[in-house]
Amino acid sequence: MKHYEVEILDAKTKDKLCFLDKVGKVLPSFSLHWYPARQSIRLDPKGKSLKDEDVLQHLPVGTTATFYFRDLGAQISWVTVFLTEYAGPLLIYLMFYFRVPFIYAPKYDFTTSKHWVVHLACMCHSFHYVKRLLETLFVHRFSHGTMPLRNIFKNCTYYWGFAAWMAYYINHPLYTPPIYGEQQIRLALTVFLFCQIGNFSIHIALRNLRPPGSKTRKIPYPTKNPFTWIFLLVSCPNYTYELGSWLGFTLMTQCLPVAFFTLVGFIQMTVWAKGKHRSYLKEFRDYPTLRSPILPFIL
Amino acid sequence: MSAPAMGTSKTAHTDSSNKKKKGPGTLAIAYLVIYNVVMTAGWLVIAVGLVRAYLARGSYHGLYYSIEKPLKFFQTGALLEILHCAVGIVPSSVVLTGFQVMSRVFLTWAVTHSVREVQSEDSVLLFVVAWTVTEIIRYSFYTFSLLNHLPYLIKWARYTFFVVLYPMGVAGELLTIYAALPYVQKTGLYSITLPNNYNFSFDYHTFLILIMHHVFSKLFPQLYFHMIRQRKKVLGHVEEYSKVE
Repeated sequence: MKHYEVEILDAKTKDKLCFLDKVGKVLPSFSLHWYPARQSIRLDPKGKSLKDEDVLQHLPVGTTATFYFRDLGAQISWVTVFLTEYAGPLLIYLMFYFRVPFIYAPKYDFTTSKHWVVHLACMCHSFHYVKRLLETLFVHRFSHGTMPLRNIFKNCTYYWGFAAWMAYYINHPLYTPPIYGEQQIRLALTVFLFCQIGNFSIHIALRNLRPPGSKTRKIPYPTKNPFTWIFLLVSCPNYTYELGSWLGFTLMTQCLPVAFFTLVGFIQMTVWAKGKHRSYLKEFRDYPTLRSPILPFIL
Repeated sequence: MSAPAMGTSKTAHTDSSNKKKKGPGTLAIAYLVIYNVVMTAGWLVIAVGLVRAYLARGSYHGLYYSIEKPLKFFQTGALLEILHCAVGIVPSSVVLTGFQVMSRVFLTWAVTHSVREVQSEDSVLLFVVAWTVTEIIRYSFYTFSLLNHLPYLIKWARYTFFVVLYPMGVAGELLTIYAALPYVQKTGLYSITLPNNYNFSFDYHTFLILIMHHVFSKLFPQLYFHMIRQRKKVLGHVEEYSKVE
């Protein structure tokens, strides 16, 4: 069997960190004070990281291979981040719903709103985040194990902050229900539920593309489930449905902070959708041309 | 046997990236020179206006009124600089420039213009003077840089005067906002209360306090020390060269 000599240099300083002679097929993950998830090994100091699955034999190197190492910083698992960032809004919203002391004037402590739409909104919001938590635990198959640690602070600030801001107004004693009353609320609820089912359907469809434990990537296609037929027109229908859910919730509560949250989320999801769409186009020659990233024909 | 190809591919990559980078065209440079000359002139007008008013009245008070209109005009005009970055004729970050210009415009319109009672405060003079001197130096710096004839004096001034002018300006701005607070609270300026159809509220008074806090604790120290580091980088080189000679 062909043996390799491997030297590892620091990507920034080019210092020799490690020299391994007689390496077999696979580059072993070596300990240099940093655990594997934190190590970025690449062929070019400014290039992309090699993946865990990459095999030494198949890389464009001679018998003496030079790799560059970059410390990615402290890492945290995607599952941990998702669970934390979603548990927050669930609990925070409920605190405002139950009018826990020190939020509103003392005479309102532990009272309930007289508007039935406020109860409905609490159920919808809670359902949404419970769904997300369950999907994180049982549905999603993540490509990467970890992300940088600082992301959890950033993400939680975003989710928890917005949840508190929205919940404050919806559960406020001076809350004003929607102008068009029951009609508006019923329409909003329909939109919300439709998009929740849609979003869930897409998550299941994406999960089924990938065998357990693998990180394969395939083009998603519509399945027998009508909620997935939107794949004909859109690359990331999970984001499309998510936008729809929050538009429904905005209509239901007629609350400007909710509209803001929907807008910011939409902007972020559009950025992600465009990125995903571009990688699909790059990776698959036969990618369907009718599809747009997030909004059919528009965006 | 080893991978010499990697070395050559690296330089090829930088070559192609250099070819891709385009500077602003001649028309853009001409426009920017005119823009910066006009701005330099505008702030000179404000400076002269301040001096003349001071000499005429014999006191520092109420000088704001003598330069109110050109101040509003030229400070607001700086919004164009955001456009310059967005279009790409100036290599700065849109976000950073936007932030800086918006903070000035905010102070000019949403504080000083909106709360009449603060216009006679001395703190207003403090930041107006700081802004005037800073902008005259800054816009002449850009003008000369664009024409590739930057006198060392201007470069030195740009990277040195801020040491005093920046804290002076920030102090003036914070004191002005502080002076505005009681009037904002009393009149409920720019504030929305519950209940309303959009289930939203905004308290401008609290907002101003949060801004003051953010500027004082985070923004100002960060920017100030960034500029001090820049100064060492830009002016430090000259000392090295003279040592070599």
